[in-house]
Amino acid sequence: MFDVIIIGAGVNGAFVAYRLAKYQLNVLVIEKESDVANETSGANSAIIHSGYDPNPNTLKAKLNVIGNRLYDDICHDLDVEFKRIGSITIACNEEEIAVLDNLTKNAIHNKVPFTILDEHQVREIEPFVTTKAKKALFAPTSGIINPFELCVGLMENAMDNGVKLHLEEEVKHIVNLEKGYQVITNKETYQAKIVVNAAGVFADEINNMVNPHQEKIIPRKGEYMVFDHFTEPYVTHTLFSVPTSRGKGVLVTPSTHGNYLIGPSSIFVGEKDDESTSKETLNEVIEQAYRLVDKIPMNHLIRQFAGLRAYHESNDFVINQPIPGFINLLGMQSPGLASAPATSLEVEAMVKEQLDLVDKENYQKTRRPLYRLNKKTLAERSKLIKQNPQFANMICRCEQISEGEIVDAIHRNCGARTVKGVKKRVRPGFGKCQGGFCEPLVMKILARELNIDMNDVRFNNKGSYILKNKTKGEHDDTL
Amino acid sequence: MRKFICIVCPKGCHLEVDDQLKVTGNSCKRGETYGISEATNPVRMVTSTVKIKSELITRLPVRTDQPIPKSRIFDVMAEINKLEVTAPVAIKDVLIANVLGLGSNIIATRTVEK
Amino acid sequence: MMIHYDLVVIGGGSAGLAAAISAYDQGIRKIIILEKDPYLGGILLQCIHNGFGLHQFKTEMSGPEYAEKYIEELKTRAIEYRTTAMVLKITPELEVHYSNANDGYQIIKAKAIICATGCSERTRGAISIPGDRVAGVMTAGQAQRYLNIEGYMVGKKVFILGSGDIGLIMARRMVLEGAEVLGVAEIMPYSNGLNRNIVQCLQDYHIPLYLHHTVKKIIGKERVEKIILGEVDDNFQFIPGHDKEFVIDTLLLSVGLIPSNPLLENIGIAIHPKTKGPIVDESLQTSIPGIFACGNGLHVHDLVDFVSGEGERAGIFASRYIKGELQAKQENLILEAKNGISYIMPSKINLNHVDQVLLSFRVAKPYLNVYLKVSLNGKEIKKIKKLYLLPAEMESLVLNKDILQAGTLTLEVLDA
Repeated sequence: MFDVIIIGAGVNGAFVAYRLAKYQLNVLVIEKESDVANETSGANSAIIHSGYDPNPNTLKAKLNVIGNRLYDDICHDLDVEFKRIGSITIACNEEEIAVLDNLTKNAIHNKVPFTILDEHQVREIEPFVTTKAKKALFAPTSGIINPFELCVGLMENAMDNGVKLHLEEEVKHIVNLEKGYQVITNKETYQAKIVVNAAGVFADEINNMVNPHQEKIIPRKGEYMVFDHFTEPYVTHTLFSVPTSRGKGVLVTPSTHGNYLIGPSSIFVGEKDDESTSKETLNEVIEQAYRLVDKIPMNHLIRQFAGLRAYHESNDFVINQPIPGFINLLGMQSPGLASAPATSLEVEAMVKEQLDLVDKENYQKTRRPLYRLNKKTLAERSKLIKQNPQFANMICRCEQISEGEIVDAIHRNCGARTVKGVKKRVRPGFGKCQGGFCEPLVMKILARELNIDMNDVRFNNKGSYILKNKTKGEHDDTL
Repeated sequence: MRKFICIVCPKGCHLEVDDQLKVTGNSCKRGETYGISEATNPVRMVTSTVKIKSELITRLPVRTDQPIPKSRIFDVMAEINKLEVTAPVAIKDVLIANVLGLGSNIIATRTVEK
Repeated sequence: MMIHYDLVVIGGGSAGLAAAISAYDQGIRKIIILEKDPYLGGILLQCIHNGFGLHQFKTEMSGPEYAEKYIEELKTRAIEYRTTAMVLKITPELEVHYSNANDGYQIIKAKAIICATGCSERTRGAISIPGDRVAGVMTAGQAQRYLNIEGYMVGKKVFILGSGDIGLIMARRMVLEGAEVLGVAEIMPYSNGLNRNIVQCLQDYHIPLYLHHTVKKIIGKERVEKIILGEVDDNFQFIPGHDKEFVIDTLLLSVGLIPSNPLLENIGIAIHPKTKGPIVDESLQTSIPGIFACGNGLHVHDLVDFVSGEGERAGIFASRYIKGELQAKQENLILEAKNGISYIMPSKINLNHVDQVLLSFRVAKPYLNVYLKVSLNGKEIKKIKKLYLLPAEMESLVLNKDILQAGTLTLEVLDA
């Protein structure tokens, strides 16, 4: 019997687990993918929005602003890369200026700190903004984050404090019992007093298993382009467009690793597993990006990806408890990531109404920091190498990651089990070579550390094998 | 009438060889020789890898040291696939002598000390 | 604690080996090669096919055999090397930072550095192939490494995009190891690969070559399941209604090689816009004094024999630099690529540093029966008849110093 079962290990599921881990509760997180942050939370802009954008008096507006403020402490405790680089929202003509003025009213209402910049001031703080920019809204509290580190960090800390995580397990049925719920997956049957539905794009399906009031989540796809880091200077803030008759606009932003992200597009799709990219959409993204910058470093393009937003017809967050003990998080699209620290506090409050929340003894507030070798001093690095020569064996040439860091990423709680899992946690494969140099080496390490054959090492979910079989009819007995 | 692309130089002349082995389409004598060879007895070199027990690697590169008939490539591959060698192996070591009686050895193309 | 060497060679593949040997033969003694793989030889070790050495050794051999020739030469000389050693950083002051499990993190102060870091393959993301992001899409070189070094087949039903030699070689290799190769697609109207490979890798195994075609979409859930192949017109636009569907489990990409120089890019070295490698002068010296480049890391070659030749020259010039002999007064010839020429290497030549001028260049498209026109400061000085010039074949030109003087040397293609 569990106190709480959380369905979904994206940022909301991970945050709720992190919050509840503080208390003497039996908590289980069930995730159908092979890793945390494998869907929306693993394919987004990675922006911690300041909060001027949502309409006032919406749940989005309230939780975005509160959530944004909470990130510094959380990222400090969990060693997650987070930088408040500020955002600049740009208007280039009369139509856009009118929209910007409305957003300014929002900012005032939502109590978001901002400054209005004219065409000279904006270029002073951001030389790479387009020369077409006439007026801009600068929001200093906007930030960029590493969303993978965040979700892994939250879940790792939750697990360090006793929360259980089941991956590759899918909820099939939920039965409303007298006091609590029966949760039936493709592997087992569990019982819980409270169920938290953090299933993102699939949250309607979970809701509809047990709530007589049926819901609908429509996936809305966003496609992005990723550019490699380079030495010449480029944008140092997150640049936003205003939505106009020409389109919703895209953003241009640095990432926490010095890469650059341009996107997203915004199209409703029919299938919840359609994360494909298309040439037409990406061309539109580029066209929209020229509203923000005059130069796009196309020769540094390394990747395209797409993610699905969970859109609810109300166009707002829906955080409710339609039946006692069943807590919904529906429609948690942007600013879902920025709001997550606050969203999880709302859920915690709902849980508190029903269960006694007694503080855990020996609760660990922080997780052990990552090694981040390429940020260490020579002395610190040499000391680590003396303790463990694996820190001197470099695996990833593009991002300069050592074997020791990869091994650590595998063995920590919520550790990597796949090539993509290693990539999300310590970055080999994210760089220019896109795994060309490092993938065989990462696979060898995974095989060795997980004690499996190299051709059983997967890229991601079941079916994503990289190697088919050993040649010459041989079985891999090299381990 | 048989057709071949000549491989002797990058021009890649399109050769035609009739039943009397008369070659047309070539720009030089070497092309004529190649055309006749391909029409009568096409041969190929085969390069592959074999299983090896060693500290450093699990596959050793090998090749035929003489060309073998094109029609027997997969038979030669089957023989190569049966091999398992153990280090040390030196480059040019004969791993299969006169494979399938075709007049070519299978030799190692890499030295592996242990 | 810094250690000192005269010459650090970054990369122990064909260019690096030749450079180190050559520098040693010029009298340089404290030389060290730093190689990231567990063995010397570089990419040659996975190129198990024939075709190497015809120019250098007058006989054809496989990649590993070619590498072995240089490794044997290396071992007869007192040249140090470290394997599984990754260089992390080099500085304009000629410091080399590397890391390996035996030595830990080390900093070397060098008198000269030769970068022989080779090239990397263009990836799916760099050419934006649309569709699902699934396992089973990789570069041909990666599949070659898994197959020839690790001993794994990456799939059973293969399609190959790109008809350059790597794609053609892998088509044959996969078939020989039991895969089905359904086709090779090439967006251009001609293949970039050697005719020999068209015949011996595609025709021999009845693998169709689809010219004017490229992959329009990749489809699959967790692993690739299908591709949509589209036909393009002369402007590379897809022709509607000409799509073909292939059910596969593997897509190999052979869509171009690019010099790989993150170490040089990180210190702001001038990069050539066409080759994507560093800009060098006649001494193969980059824009930072004391740092030299050679091999595929400088510009992508077709024949390893010429990589070795270039490595040898880098060794000679780096040695002269170390001895203080590259100080001659500037008498500079600037190289300019004009009609039909894609790029010329080097970009600049100090005539006082060389006895003769050696240029490498590539044309932008295939030419048959043309003239190569060489002009100095606007006046034609040479006109050479060429039966054929192909983008896939790097050309070289040797010019005698007596017909040259400082100024601009232009190379262009003229119809006959």
